[in-house]
Amino acid sequence: MKPRIAFAWCASCGGCEEAVVDLDEVLLDVVNAVDIVFWPVALDFKLKDLEAMPDGWIFASFINGAIRNSDQRDMAELLRAKSRVVVAFGACAQLGGVPGLANLFDAKSIIAEAYDDGGTPQRLYRDDGHTLTLPEFFDSVAALDRAIDVDYYVPGCPPTPNLIRDAVKALLAAELPHKGSILAPDKSLCEQCPRKDTRPEKLLVKEFKRVHQMLVDGQTCLLAQGLACLGSATRGGCDARCIRGNMPCTGCFGPTSRVRDFGAKALSGIASVADGNDEGSIAEAMKALPDPAGTFYRYSLPSSLLTRGHME
Amino acid sequence: MPDAFEPKIVAFFCNWCTYLAADLAGTSRLKYAPNVRTVRVMCSGRVDPQFVLEAFAQGADGVLIGGCHPGDCHYQEGNYKALRRYELFRRMLNQMGIEDDRIRLEWISAAEGERVKTVVNDMVEKLRALGPRAPLRHKEVA
Repeated sequence: MKPRIAFAWCASCGGCEEAVVDLDEVLLDVVNAVDIVFWPVALDFKLKDLEAMPDGWIFASFINGAIRNSDQRDMAELLRAKSRVVVAFGACAQLGGVPGLANLFDAKSIIAEAYDDGGTPQRLYRDDGHTLTLPEFFDSVAALDRAIDVDYYVPGCPPTPNLIRDAVKALLAAELPHKGSILAPDKSLCEQCPRKDTRPEKLLVKEFKRVHQMLVDGQTCLLAQGLACLGSATRGGCDARCIRGNMPCTGCFGPTSRVRDFGAKALSGIASVADGNDEGSIAEAMKALPDPAGTFYRYSLPSSLLTRGHME
Repeated sequence: MPDAFEPKIVAFFCNWCTYLAADLAGTSRLKYAPNVRTVRVMCSGRVDPQFVLEAFAQGADGVLIGGCHPGDCHYQEGNYKALRRYELFRRMLNQMGIEDDRIRLEWISAAEGERVKTVVNDMVEKLRALGPRAPLRHKEVA
């Protein structure tokens, strides 16, 4: 009997589903090793199929995306009941992800902005004898483990092929990893960076820059070039894909086990190398960082210590 | 009559300057607002922004960081690092809805007991004007 696997998609962009398909030949190994019993985005399963399964019948559910509305919470709860193991798959499920930046605003203003104050959607529609109930839009976006008990985490936006392969391997091994494990190395990206040796011992940045403002050298440490590369605060295991593509790390793998709040730690690391000992020169060096919350909490605002911004 | 609002301030004072200044304020029997809870750290550069967030998350109304004057850091440049973080961190806190008056960085030398008194009193006054931090009542998941 092959282990039964399910995939589902909550508040996310679909990139995590894409990442599974992108496994190429690795996907064939995975598919051969397991029995996929639910995967709405790729295979024809309905909600009632899932509801009909006995509790604990699925071996592992891979859930990507954050929890933004009641529909996603219900799906997460249903999969939790049907599965022995739940894996938070990707940055949104693990930390809240990019959709989590909506926590800088309150739900009311988000709806007003999206619908231009014209026609806020009603939750209940009746038409021609039919009724339709829209899911409830919560005040805040939350990571998956705020909604349900999560056994393992696979980080990344999206998780990289090698990481997925290793995660599946770890789950299919005779002995399961410790509950709560993040299935990635517990080392910072800097330690695995191909440009590690070009990072100066004492690093100071005169003026931070953004990638479109400069010609980025393909060999040297990106932070030394003045880009706010978050590799020092970010968990490794991504094969430094962005760095190899000459782009700075934006922190999608989240923190290592020693850090509670990713954004605070990443900000701390970047700010302390700004070259300047007085307010004026420091402000000048950091001019190209106009949006610290968006830069440092890009993937993790809902799982930060404050979890969200001010609410009216 | 409802009790007057008493702001809670968490203060991180460096071991070499500001903590000694607070000590001096005490031995000099200076009187200042009792709203501050002091945490001694070895250096203002040791104040991880996570400490500040944790204080706010646990209900602090304001956070005060005290270090040595520029050039006087026991570890050469810890206070400069604190200043650099403070500049960026304050902007991020603003985005999270935490006003400028709730976070403050001050250079106070070991001889400036009087300054501890003025800074704490001034901060308490400003926080009183701002009022308590709105409790977070938001609905997520459940």
